[in-house]
Amino acid sequence: MTARNARRKGVNIFMLGLCAACAFVTVSTLFVILGFLLYNGATSVSLNFFTKLPLPPGQDGGGMANAIVGSAQIVIMATLIGLPIGFFAGIYLAEYGGKTFAFMVRYVADLLNGIPSIVIGIFAWTVIVVPAHHFSALAGSMALSLMLIPITARSTEQFLLEVPRAMREGSLALGANKWRTIAKVIVPAARKGIMTGMILGVARISGEAAPLLFTSLNNQYWSTGLSEPTASLPVMIFLRATSAYEDWHRQAWAAGLVLLALVLLANIAARMVISRGASLPR
Amino acid sequence: MATSSATLTPGTTIAPKRRFGGDEVAYFITLIFATVILLVTVAIVWQLWLHSSPAREKFGFSFLASKLWNPVTDQFGAWPFIYGTLVTSVLALLISVPLGVGAAIYLSELATAKLSNALTFLVELLAAVPSVIYGLLAIFTLVPLMRDYVGPAVQNVLGFLPLFSGHIFGVGYLTAGMVLAIMTFPFIISVSREALMAVPREQREAALALGATQWESTFNAVLPFAKLGIMGSVFLALARALGETMAVTMVIGNDPAIHTSLFAPGYTIAAVIANEFTEATGNTYLSALVELGLVLFALTIVINGVAQLMIVLTTKKGSAKA
Repeated sequence: MTARNARRKGVNIFMLGLCAACAFVTVSTLFVILGFLLYNGATSVSLNFFTKLPLPPGQDGGGMANAIVGSAQIVIMATLIGLPIGFFAGIYLAEYGGKTFAFMVRYVADLLNGIPSIVIGIFAWTVIVVPAHHFSALAGSMALSLMLIPITARSTEQFLLEVPRAMREGSLALGANKWRTIAKVIVPAARKGIMTGMILGVARISGEAAPLLFTSLNNQYWSTGLSEPTASLPVMIFLRATSAYEDWHRQAWAAGLVLLALVLLANIAARMVISRGASLPR
Repeated sequence: MATSSATLTPGTTIAPKRRFGGDEVAYFITLIFATVILLVTVAIVWQLWLHSSPAREKFGFSFLASKLWNPVTDQFGAWPFIYGTLVTSVLALLISVPLGVGAAIYLSELATAKLSNALTFLVELLAAVPSVIYGLLAIFTLVPLMRDYVGPAVQNVLGFLPLFSGHIFGVGYLTAGMVLAIMTFPFIISVSREALMAVPREQREAALALGATQWESTFNAVLPFAKLGIMGSVFLALARALGETMAVTMVIGNDPAIHTSLFAPGYTIAAVIANEFTEATGNTYLSALVELGLVLFALTIVINGVAQLMIVLTTKKGSAKA
């Protein structure tokens, strides 16, 4: 009996230790990633990186200014399209949704969220690039906005539903009608959560390269408008990293460090804003 | 008082005019935006179907089973890509499921609330790292590591198996699977952790009171209760892995052929679309790539549907959050 108990205790300690090891191994990958990017990228991030155009391999002093501006252009445009649609759809789901139709929208939003980003890219290519006969920043923005819509809709819905019932009833009892209640009471009460969801959504799409590969394509120079092929940081990282040139690899590391820093900072800021304990939708 | 409350039965409107004020407008505006979500999704399916028609008409269902991918002779088959996608995703899950579930058990059962929250925060940051960054790191760290150290070491021991035979390039199925494993465990951890935390406290206490060790309680009383939720997280991770593009494209090796060896270079559906779409010339070539997109779309939809269902079922069952 004691031998059996000793074995049970041993198994207990071993398995629990194994679980702890799993947790620390998985979490430490974040630090490994950060470490490698800092080690390889920090030396290549210079003023030139932010202010100069890309140069051919072998020439020193090139940067990715056009890709940084291009990324900002594409993401801002996508945000302007995607956030309002997602936000209002989220209000519909939380406040007005009937049974069947709201269930359908919710289900389809989750479905849209699960579609691989490369497939979204194909769609944007078919509806914008093919009719226009050229690649454009707009097509890239459209692809990214389609990824942003379901994320925003579902997170907005979730945070609206967390607003206590008593607040709605109080407003309605004072004689406000439903949309006034939503606009003046419910949305302001859920403001922090909704903002967090939006920032996380925008951070997520700004790191996407796959939907941009054949929509906004790439550009070695400044693009002059939304209907032109435009460089973006994620696509640049992909092209530089898979090239055969040593100095382009350094540029890829620098761009990777800058992109990761932006995305992680946005994430940390967003999650700091939110009240503790509320879980975020994926 | 009694009479006035009798006239205010549900359904009676005191001032009918007010119902046509802002409320109706707000309702329709939000309804329109909600409908956009439906329409866009339908449009995606429609466009994929439409633009893949030349390939579908030319090859029919043999497209799925054919091993030939030759743009020069206009012969296209999807099997090498489907095979590569499935092999890399399964490899990824073989690594990430044990790691992820183990970590989730630690976070929900063992760690203090403070530590658990801090670690979960880091895991969620890990999930936010862009795919192309994983690819960048994998190209310059994991690929040489596999080629020079891990690959030869594994081959020394298990080289007699066809799975580990052949030349080691560094890029290939196994490397892509490992990158995918790192990319998918954040999802497994955070969803499984929630499923485990939804298991009622009594479940643990009853097992411990019967004299079970903490591991026995976790394994026999808690895990079975959260089984569906954990399975859901696995399917969610699988759907992510199937559709993952950039990181895989950078380390898969880009060879449209089928190899038994896991060290051999291969190709996945998402990777071939990413690499060849802008270079594709000719209608058949392009539509074959779009049809691959359609196949990927169908695969992920089915897997995601199963995942959502499982997660909904567990969270309903274990409503008492610990």
